[in-house]
Amino acid sequence: MPALRPRLGSSPLLRHLLVALVGGAVALAVLTAVDDFRAGQLAAMAYLGIAAAGLTVLTGLNGQLSLGHGAFMAIGAYTAALFLGDVEPAAPLAVVLLAATAVASLVGLVVGLAAARLHGPYLAGATLALAVAVPGLAIYFGDTLGGEQGLSVRVPEPPAWFADLLFFLTAVDPSRGRFVAYLSWFVLIVVLVLLANLSQSRVGRTWRAVRDHEVAAELAGISLTRARVVAFVVSAATAGLAGALMAMVVRLTAPSGFTLTLSLTLLTAVVLGGLGSLAGALIGAALLTFLPQVVTGIGSDLGLDDVQSAELAPLVYGVVMILVILLAPAGLVGTLQGWRLRRRAAAGPAAPAVPATARPSDPTRPSDPTRPSDPTHPTHPTHPTDKAGRA
Amino acid sequence: MTTPSPLPSAAPAARGGPAAGAPAGGAAGTAELFALRDVTVTFGGLTALDGVGLSVAPGQVLGVIGPNGAGKTTLFNVACGLVRPDGGALAWQGREVRRLRPHDLAGMGIGRTLQGLGLFDRMTVLDNVVVGADRHARAGFLSGLLALPRSSREERALRERAMAVLDELGVAAHAHRYPPSLPYAVRKQVALARALVAEPELLLLDEPASGLSDEEMAALGDRIRALSDRMAVMLVEHHMDLVMSVCDQVVVLDFGRVIARGTPAEVRDEPAVLAAYLGAED
Ligand SMILES: Nc1ncnc2c1ncn2[C@@H]1O[C@H](COP(=O)(O)OP(=O)(O)OP(=O)(O)O)[C@@H](O)[C@H]1O
Ligand SMILES: [Mg+2]
Repeated sequence: MPALRPRLGSSPLLRHLLVALVGGAVALAVLTAVDDFRAGQLAAMAYLGIAAAGLTVLTGLNGQLSLGHGAFMAIGAYTAALFLGDVEPAAPLAVVLLAATAVASLVGLVVGLAAARLHGPYLAGATLALAVAVPGLAIYFGDTLGGEQGLSVRVPEPPAWFADLLFFLTAVDPSRGRFVAYLSWFVLIVVLVLLANLSQSRVGRTWRAVRDHEVAAELAGISLTRARVVAFVVSAATAGLAGALMAMVVRLTAPSGFTLTLSLTLLTAVVLGGLGSLAGALIGAALLTFLPQVVTGIGSDLGLDDVQSAELAPLVYGVVMILVILLAPAGLVGTLQGWRLRRRAAAGPAAPAVPATARPSDPTRPSDPTRPSDPTHPTHPTHPTDKAGRA
Repeated sequence: MTTPSPLPSAAPAARGGPAAGAPAGGAAGTAELFALRDVTVTFGGLTALDGVGLSVAPGQVLGVIGPNGAGKTTLFNVACGLVRPDGGALAWQGREVRRLRPHDLAGMGIGRTLQGLGLFDRMTVLDNVVVGADRHARAGFLSGLLALPRSSREERALRERAMAVLDELGVAAHAHRYPPSLPYAVRKQVALARALVAEPELLLLDEPASGLSDEEMAALGDRIRALSDRMAVMLVEHHMDLVMSVCDQVVVLDFGRVIARGTPAEVRDEPAVLAAYLGAED
């Protein structure tokens, strides 16, 4: 089995850590070099990237659509805000982040248990309702959660060891805002490593199997409910963590920050990058963070006034989104991978044992046209009993 | 189950006589691996199964035949917990199974291939088969999240195991491809590999020969006979040549009722069977 060897050899953990190390070094260098405004943008990209990564796992790997992931970000953000409000002394940062993750996971567990029984449009509707309801709660419990005004968030002081380390590495004393940007990128990289681990483990394989064929997955011994709920909790936890960072970056947690637009933005990032791809989620988050500014810039260069050029951004979003769905439905990363696979297949002898009939690897081709299924006893892929008995 | 023995060929005790596998409870004396008793299923007004009873012994190949719509797939669905019967009982190794959930099946030692393919189309062939081996996986959430050595080691063992089964079925060369890009016959083998890698004690095959050429069907027949050395097989099939050459016993269904049972030769000559088939094919 020569084809198997190289894949068996490399440990996924080492590979992920290596990529993370390189990514971390680049992020550190970039965050140190840019000005405060850009650092703030990069921090926003990081928290969007974290939430999008969690969503891509749920939607891309497990096939559950969530239109309401902004709600979990809100839950994480409000949890963090309650910890980082006026109470003295502020809780340690790790505690704040863990608490936000834990609370979001708990809510995710409840929602996930309901979601595991819902499909397609029903699931979309339920998560949509969540996205609308959660910010509403903040207004209803205005006394604790600050109502429309929201809660202001005090950005924590960087710990001394961190300031020392950063000074040692970059000869600059980090501002609080800068510190949050570093923190966000650190968390982003940790989250990506953990999600990549999961995706390549038994857990990720289980998610994919459930996504592709429920009955076959069950017959292999996989509990559909369990797989779906675990995916939902992981995804909600990730979004909660992203929300906590968002609260620190924005320094305010208010209902207006968690409108439906946020949930749809996350979904856009995931679709743009390619469903199920962590790299794609990151690219999507980058596009959504930086595209508006670039477009607005182009708008003013073209002689539009400020309002007009600001309105250009959503328009370009929409157009880009439609183009991606039409031309590259697998998203940016998925399309690139498709090209690579096709090039490799076209290169021929790289995969020697594949018979010629199987060579044209068009993934949409249903089967070998030279031999359709037995004409006298056709198979029924959509036979009613294939999905029989689901309560 | 820690040794990554590729196939259950390393399970010699499986059929060392009637008493080897099953505990001596239940039906006295008869070596009965799996049984349905008096099972009835209705869909709305339609009675898909009507008081059906049958049993499989270890190492036996039991054919279930009947015209289209006779209830064969429904029978398998009951056996798998996918359809809850309105009446009747199931017994596994002499013990009654009360609330059978589909995902408990693999752990009990029952494997099944679906009518059609039922492959995971966006996963590689190898991953498809590794999912089938999930029964033998132990790694939990945390070891996956942290990619602990335990998890990676198990993944490697499962892949080797899956690879060995693909190899045995002659489709190892396609391990890293995606099912939709493969010929139908190869995909059928992948579906079989996914069921076999779990090393079931009972294998339910729903129309495994559909879409196969004559040579492929002959090879499948040999394969099923060989499998019966290490597991019992229940076979739903329309190809009579295959059924007659492979099965030890045959049960004939028509309109949800058992209309005949016996050895292939006995069943073939039953007037009721001829009538059912003639009636169905006008
Ligand atoms: N989920 C379901 N809901 C309603 N009716 C069903 C369902 N599943 C099966 N039936 C009906 O029950 C009867 C038996 O179907 P079943 O699929 O078991 O037949 P079969 O013997 O497998 O046929 P085939 O040879 O065509 O595969 C048919 O009339 C079918 O239409
Ligand atoms: Mg059928």
